[in-house]
Amino acid sequence: MDPSFLVIQALNGLASASSLFITACGLTLVFGVTRIVNFAHGSLYMVGAYTAATLVPKLLDLSYGPVAFWAGLLIAAIAVGLIGILLEVLLLRRIYRAPELLQLLATFGVVLVFQDLVVQIFGPQDILGPRAPGLRQPIEILGRRFPSYELVLIAAGPVVLGSMWLLLRKTRFGILIRAATQDRDMVAALGVNQALLFTATLFLGAFLAGLGGALQIPRVAANTGMDLSIIAECFVVTVVGGMGSIPGAFLAALIIGELQAFGILIFPKSTLVIVFLLMAFVLAVKPNGLFGRPEAVGASHAVGIASRAPSRWSAVIAIVVFALFAALPLIADPYLLKVATEILILGLFAFSLQLLIGVGGLVSFGHAAFFGLGAYGAALAVKWFGASMEAAIPLGVLLAAAGGALIGAFVVRLSGIYLAMMTLAAAQILYAVAFQWVDVTGGDNGIVGVWPPAWAGAREVYYLVTLTITAGVLVLLARAVHAPFGYSLRAARDSESRAEAIGLRIRYHRWTAFIVAGASAGLAGGLYAFSRGSVDPSLLGIPTSVDALTMLLLGGIQTLAGPLLGAAVLHALRDWIMPLTHFWRLLLGLSIITMVLVFPRGLVGTLARRREERA
Amino acid sequence: MTGLLLDVENLKASYGRAQVLFGLSFRLQAGEITALIGRNGAGKTTTLKAVLGLVPATADRLLFKDRSILGVPTYKIARLGLGYVPEDRRIFTDLTVEENLEAGRRSGGSERAPWTPERLFRLFPNLAAMKGRRGNQMSGGEQQMLSIARTLMGNPDAILLDEPSEGIAPVLVQAMAEAVLAMKAEGVAILLSEQNWAFAAAVADKACVIERGEMRFEGAMTDFLGNEALRLQTLGV
Ligand SMILES: Nc1ncnc2c1ncn2[C@@H]1O[C@H](COP(=O)(O)OP(=O)(O)O)[C@@H](O)[C@H]1O
Ligand SMILES: [Mg+2]
Repeated sequence: MDPSFLVIQALNGLASASSLFITACGLTLVFGVTRIVNFAHGSLYMVGAYTAATLVPKLLDLSYGPVAFWAGLLIAAIAVGLIGILLEVLLLRRIYRAPELLQLLATFGVVLVFQDLVVQIFGPQDILGPRAPGLRQPIEILGRRFPSYELVLIAAGPVVLGSMWLLLRKTRFGILIRAATQDRDMVAALGVNQALLFTATLFLGAFLAGLGGALQIPRVAANTGMDLSIIAECFVVTVVGGMGSIPGAFLAALIIGELQAFGILIFPKSTLVIVFLLMAFVLAVKPNGLFGRPEAVGASHAVGIASRAPSRWSAVIAIVVFALFAALPLIADPYLLKVATEILILGLFAFSLQLLIGVGGLVSFGHAAFFGLGAYGAALAVKWFGASMEAAIPLGVLLAAAGGALIGAFVVRLSGIYLAMMTLAAAQILYAVAFQWVDVTGGDNGIVGVWPPAWAGAREVYYLVTLTITAGVLVLLARAVHAPFGYSLRAARDSESRAEAIGLRIRYHRWTAFIVAGASAGLAGGLYAFSRGSVDPSLLGIPTSVDALTMLLLGGIQTLAGPLLGAAVLHALRDWIMPLTHFWRLLLGLSIITMVLVFPRGLVGTLARRREERA
Repeated sequence: MTGLLLDVENLKASYGRAQVLFGLSFRLQAGEITALIGRNGAGKTTTLKAVLGLVPATADRLLFKDRSILGVPTYKIARLGLGYVPEDRRIFTDLTVEENLEAGRRSGGSERAPWTPERLFRLFPNLAAMKGRRGNQMSGGEQQMLSIARTLMGNPDAILLDEPSEGIAPVLVQAMAEAVLAMKAEGVAILLSEQNWAFAAAVADKACVIERGEMRFEGAMTDFLGNEALRLQTLGV
């Protein structure tokens, strides 16, 4: 292979690494001090890119030259920093002590809000920024032309790393940040106003995200998908580098940038697969990342289902509810039946997540992976083997269970936030595979023609099939929750060390939980594929994972009935409101944030709590 | 500064549903050392934390320098001139000795000469030899001294000092007692929590004896020392 090509490729890798590092560095900094993994960090990056791509041309019109260009980038980054301050004051400071799950969900609510706002403010088109004045001429390296802007970018990473080092080591602000990273309460006892310190940290973190985005504008058009793709990459960088470690983030970004640059030569379809392999490898060898330290496991993620034995009434109620559902085809029109079918399927999907989160305390943020695997597994069986529904859905379930086994094997060793980020990254990689491997998966268009056989083709019949399967699985899962398996999971959730002390094989049980939950979600995915007749990559996307989490949040994390109710409420709301407004995501985002702040126990949980308080 | 610094009346505190303090009343005079004496689990640490707002508490009166500090954020209480040295020291282990001191720096309102790293290194000579060392490479006694020095950097008028003699090498206990007396000589009042009554007796002017969250005795140290029945009942010595 031509050595000059390799050099150019390596330089390309360095350039992407720089921008990735600058962005991830902000995420790491904010996490270090506030202990919040800010999902909206990717949105700040996106806003930085849009702002710069819109602002810089205007400035260049006023006075063409390098000053206008770089000033534009800086202004964009500062503007994003100010948004970070707003974010801290309005939202983050209210959730510093909330469970991780709720922190992630609330900041994801912010992601949704920004997605709608960005389209409103900057318009729906992608915006490619102007090239930097003075850096328009490519330079020659080993006889090849290389964009000179990329060289500036390559330098920017180390410059930011150095500045961060100086800031954190040589200034009082930096010393206080490092102190607060370790012990916030002690810092307060020394007379430091934490609120101010945290606000300043958010400014800095958001500034870096904005800068990372703004620096990209001559290379990558600002687009509405960049928030989720960068946040997934940032998560990988943070996990590989070690939570809270800035040098770790730098090294990880370098490795990932280079892997992606050269990965194209090996897996032209999906460079993300290599990134995932890297992440899996690093975590297998160093569970806390390259430079990370063991996290002190707080009690904060112990939100879950109490070990209450099911009363006799709950069986009666379940039978009555089932009978009511079964009677629905007698009165419902086809549209209502379609909605009811989907609600059941999504309820099953949410319920399978409940097993992980509510029972096991395993905050999976990539549950769409299993739903999508089940759906794609079934659809691929139809497309490639001409399988019937009766064979295709079990194949999908098998694929999803295998996915659960694989992902589970990596993540059961991780605690709280690492697990959430890893599962999210794994799902995002499957999403990328479905999207990029067009020959097999059909890419963006997905796979169509996934219809049930004649006997189940009628809406009523398919509805009843779904109902029977869903109810059957719900009963089995509910049993498992109250079987020794469920007790072990709960024991491990509530106190890992105690569970280990009494001889429970925590990792084994958690791994099993991933397989069971994966298979159940895969079953839901298969049913979903046949109910709609098609699959597409969005089934694997982060929004689908968040849908499941939202349903849990709506219904209540601490109840078994919650997921079904949550699915019904979310789906009904979406069906009803989405056609009426352009701001569905904004509304959903604000609702999620409100729910986290106002009643984090969910609908069912809140009602149950009322009842208990009255009693 | 003269007069009453800390004035506490009927202080109660709980962890969740478990009440731990059942109405304590005590005072700290400027320039004096008051020892809060009690067995392990009596509620000494909780008392100090309740004063600083680090555990939820109620009181009929909780005054520092005649100002109510009930419900006031911890950092504001610290800025009024009330320092805290926790029993687990909680120095910043990633930071060097000098950086730990910097984290505590705050100009006090008093007319006394402000504490500087140089003055503190004279008070704690052990620390002077390890200015650049990180907290995680220090012994328990050295960490204890650093924790006190860090709090002094905030130039407080009073310090809540939680079990300074616990878990440090016996040879350092004497040095610790001298340091406490040196702070007093500099005009810093100290509310000292101790289960080691001999240490308390060596430095304190007044004694408050806590048993299961209730005050059994408040008076001069000499009176406590003379009251053998009380000692036997509350400390078993
Ligand atoms: N974080 C906590 N949660 C619940 N109970 C606590 C906590 N900290 C202390 N306690 C209880 O409060 C009581 C007083 O503790 P503490 O104030 O630490 O006593 P002391 O400092 O005198 O040894 C003890 O019974 C202890 O078990
Ligand atoms: Mg104590």
